Amino acid sequence: MHYGLGDYVLDIAQNAVEAGSSEVVVELDESEAGFRVAIRDNGRGMTEEQRACALDPFYSDGTKHASRKVGLGLPFLVQAVELAGGRWSIESEKGVGTEVEFDFPSASVDSPPAGDLASLELGLLCLPGDYEMIVRRSGPRGSYELKRSELAEAVGGLELASSLALLKDYLASMEEDD
Amino acid sequence: MAKMTLEQLRKLREEKKQDLTRREVEGKEIQVIVGMGTCGIAAGAKLTFDAIVEQVNAAGLGDQVVIRQTGCMGLCYVEPTVEVALPGMPTVIYGKMTKDFAKELVTKHLVEHKLLDDHIFDRPAADIMKK
Repeated sequence: MHYGLGDYVLDIAQNAVEAGSSEVVVELDESEAGFRVAIRDNGRGMTEEQRACALDPFYSDGTKHASRKVGLGLPFLVQAVELAGGRWSIESEKGVGTEVEFDFPSASVDSPPAGDLASLELGLLCLPGDYEMIVRRSGPRGSYELKRSELAEAVGGLELASSLALLKDYLASMEEDD
Repeated sequence: MAKMTLEQLRKLREEKKQDLTRREVEGKEIQVIVGMGTCGIAAGAKLTFDAIVEQVNAAGLGDQVVIRQTGCMGLCYVEPTVEVALPGMPTVIYGKMTKDFAKELVTKHLVEHKLLDDHIFDRPAADIMKK
């Protein structure tokens, strides 16, 4: 089971990137009511049957690990959201893309802590592959947007430890007041 | 501290860039890869990744080490897992690398070129090896 909100978001966003998407949009909206997250991709998508199977922890399409019989990403998320009394939805169309949306109400003690958002964003931007990632964040300290291609160009790629340290500082500053 | 602008970020990068050209002469690429599958994330791999970025830079190796994320390496029972490839040393996969071991990983393996014997889990599980 995951610990913080960021762990769930990173896990699902990784699915989005691995679905062969050229663009992934992650929305992180924090309000008094709670935390709403949407992860939209234009990857290969799922049929209605595959979508239903993806919620079964003992299902995996077998493309990643040939003899593996588990896939826990989405089941973990659904379990946590339902425990906290939040809402979730997964919409997908084969060949078009997938959208996963969920929220954790702030009133529930079972909602996971938001944790370090800058750390989550670093993880999102550094998932392996050639794709565009757009993060739209809004919260008590204002809102901002991150674009992977723009940031990669600014810090000289997203692999060298020195570039990642710069990016981390930048992301931490974005969580400060305007 | 207020929000940084992209322009400020670029400027900061330009300042550091001079160091980079100086060090490129050594030409060695050290790779550190953190397993970030569901299993890794649940065991705290995100914290491990952050801690490694911090420790590598603290050790002054920021311009010589590439840090990447990957999916599950097939060793879910000893997450978080970290693969280290350093020219001249055997490539190893370390297990149970929670954030507290990031400093040891950097000082022992990357600086002193010694393996962390208690954390070696070597090759990935057979089911994900390329045939």
